[in-house]
Order: sequence, then structure tokens, then C-alpha cells
Amino acid sequence: MRKTLIHPLWLRLTHWINVLAVLVMVTSGWEIYDASPVFQAIRIPVGITLGGWLGGALQWHFAFMWLLVANLLVYGTVNLLSGRLRRKIFPLSPQAVLRDLQAALRGRLAHDDLSHYNAVQKLAYLAALVDLAVLILSGLAIWKSVQFPWLRELMGGYDDARVVHFCAMSFLMVFAVVHLAMVVLVPRSLRAMIRGH
Amino acid sequence: MFKRKSDSRLVTLDQDAIIQDARRALAQPMRRLFAKRALTLGSLSLLSGCQLTDDKSVNTMLRRISSFNDEVQGWLFDPRKMAPTYPESMITRPFPFNAFYDIDEVPLVDAGDYQLKISGLVSGKRNWTLPELYALPQTSQVTRHICIEGWSAIGKWGGTTFSEFLKRAGADTSAKYVAFQCADQYSTSIDMPTALHAQTLLTFTYDGQILPPKYGFPMKLRMPTKLGYKNPKHIVEIIVTNQYPGGYWENQGYNWFGGA
Repeated sequence: MRKTLIHPLWLRLTHWINVLAVLVMVTSGWEIYDASPVFQAIRIPVGITLGGWLGGALQWHFAFMWLLVANLLVYGTVNLLSGRLRRKIFPLSPQAVLRDLQAALRGRLAHDDLSHYNAVQKLAYLAALVDLAVLILSGLAIWKSVQFPWLRELMGGYDDARVVHFCAMSFLMVFAVVHLAMVVLVPRSLRAMIRGH
Repeated sequence: MFKRKSDSRLVTLDQDAIIQDARRALAQPMRRLFAKRALTLGSLSLLSGCQLTDDKSVNTMLRRISSFNDEVQGWLFDPRKMAPTYPESMITRPFPFNAFYDIDEVPLVDAGDYQLKISGLVSGKRNWTLPELYALPQTSQVTRHICIEGWSAIGKWGGTTFSEFLKRAGADTSAKYVAFQCADQYSTSIDMPTALHAQTLLTFTYDGQILPPKYGFPMKLRMPTKLGYKNPKHIVEIIVTNQYPGGYWENQGYNWFGGA
């Protein structure tokens, strides 16, 4: 019997391109951050940054922003038009999230069907998507604070846009850590994201 | 590493425990495979990380995309869009000194024999003394200086509208670039649309006082629509040209347009 497809090819491709883009954006972003830290107490170790110096890091950041955005546009368009996003994420209720969260903490959440997301998972993926949108918009506000005044004001001005950008990056890192921990707990999910089933 | 010999026993004990834990965790074949892959992926990305930054072809690619980003920014630039201005109460005090050298290396330009030279595609007066420049119509602005490092500070600069100066000097405003040579060996260049922007000022004062040396005496080109490094200080020569002039930081890899 042929195994059923869990993740279609376009999803797997956009997922891994996104991983690459986010890796470059985050590590180069850390180098840029270190040039003038938003929070004096928080500095990123040079060993895990990309670019070598501020100018190099900026080149990486402003090159891979195109890959990040273009890839997310493809992902978003196919996801919306195919109805996959609606099917996979919704309906999503606070009650279901609480119920599944309790089950997860007791270790009683089933993972037998990888094509079905539990409510906590749905919320996490939705939050990651919204967070990526906030990251991109706050980044755009920092880059073009004069050309996009409405975006700058939405972020609370130029300086606050940097705070928003940093916080959105931090949230994405928390998501990534939890996401990877879940992959370690359910290794089949990695195979599914590579082979599709 | 060898200095820590006294700690080695502790470290060995920890390692044993970790290896035991790992063995238990890796008992499942799928997990072992996953860990192997994760290790390979991790080390591969680390390796390529170091090499990528030095690789010539990668550098060429990054520089090309940076030039592409110049085009995009030129296209995004709206000459009618003004940078925000602020009340004087919001001026950052003290306004930070910033240059590619320390404050004790700031050049001291002699006002007496100073002359601003304007060359290239200009048809009018080519040498300007300070009294002649001070006699031009003056205006002032409180705007935000945004550094490429990320920090920003609000300051008040006064001087003459740059487009007005270019007009009086008979500059060909259909040329592509305006380049700047400075007394501190700094150089930069800008696009003509930004040079003609209403908020682009050739400034002679800071906060109502003659521009002090640390802020760029005798003059600084102030553009709130561009990042700090695009705003040259201690200008001695202005060149109107169609040949790409580059600049001190730009030649090292900073984005040329540097627009905000």
C-alpha cells in the first residue's frame, strides 16, 4: 500500500528554504545587533554570528531578506489558495489549546497521525507565522523609516521598531527551540518533512 | 586548555555521565540516525559559515545584491516624502561624536584660508569662501540622525538648502552623482534625487552655534533621508559627476545608497 503524503513537495521545499533564510537572517542580525545593542545587558557571542564585521553582516542580511520574503510569499499563496492553511490550523479554540496543553504536559498526547496537528501545535505554527510577519514589517520599518512613515508609526517610531524586531527574533528562537525539541521527541516528523510521508 | 588540568577529573566524571545518557537516548535506531544527521548538518553549517565569509564568489554575489538594493532604494525614494522633524526639547544631549577615528584626531580646518571647491559638471562659481557660504539663505532643522550601527540621535543643524547651493553653483542637476572629499580623508557620494531633496542641507551650524570641529567644521552635508555615514563632515570639495564615485565605507562594503 502506498503511504499517504503528509507534507506536499511545495511545503517541504518552502520549509527548508525558510530554515536556510532564517538561519542567515538571524545570525547576521545578531552581528548587526552587537554593533549597537538594543539592550545593554544582552550581547551575542561573536562565534555564532555571520558576516565577520558589521558591513559583511549587513550584506548577508539585506541579501537573504529577499529569499525570506519571496519564499514566504510562495508559501503563503499556495497555502491559502490550496485551502491547506484553513484545513490544518482551523478551527482553533482556546479550550482545545488548554486541553491539548494539559495532555501534552502529562505526556498523553498522541502523535500517531502526523498529518493531524494538535491544538497546541496549531497555535504554535500560527504564532510563528504571525511572528515572521511582525519580524519582516519591523525590519522594513527600521530599513525604510522615512519612506514608510505609517509602518514606522505602527512600530512606535524608529527606536521602538528595533525593540519590536529584537523581541520578534527572540520569540522565533523560542519557537525554534521548542520545535526542534518536538522533532527530537518524534523523529518521524523529520522524515516526513524530508520525504513527505 | 592545559591550564585547566586540575579540573580534568571533574570533567571526566561529567563526560561519563553524558555518554551514558546519550547511549540510552540513542538506543532507538531512528534517534541514532537523527542525531547523526543533526551532527553532520550542524558541523557542515559551521564549516561553511567560516569559509563562506571569505569566499570570493560569495562576496561578489553579496556585492551584486547590494547594488541591486541601491536600485530598489532609488526606486523607493520619494522626493516628496519628508523625514520627521522634532521639537528642540527632544534634541539628544550631548549629541554623540562619531567618526572612523577618535575625537582627538578631529581635523582642525583653518577658517581664514578655507575655500570650498566645487568641480565636475558645474558651470558657475567654483570656489566659495566661508563668508560667501554664510551669506546664502539659511534655514535649520531638528531631525533624527540614524547610524548604520542601529542607534539614533536627534540634533539641530542649520545651513543652506543643498539644491539652492547647487543651483547657484550652476551644477548640472541631470548628472547622476554628487561626490564629497573631506579634510579628514573621508569621502562619500550620493544620488542626485537625494541631493535635491528639500531636507538636504549644506550645514554650517549645530544647535545654533558655528559647527564645532567634532561635528564637522566648516560644514557637514545633512540628509535625514540617509544613514549617518552618508552625511560627510569637513567637506573641502564637491564633485558633480556621472561616474560612480564610491566612498570610504562604501568601498569596504557598506551599501552605497544608504537610504532611510
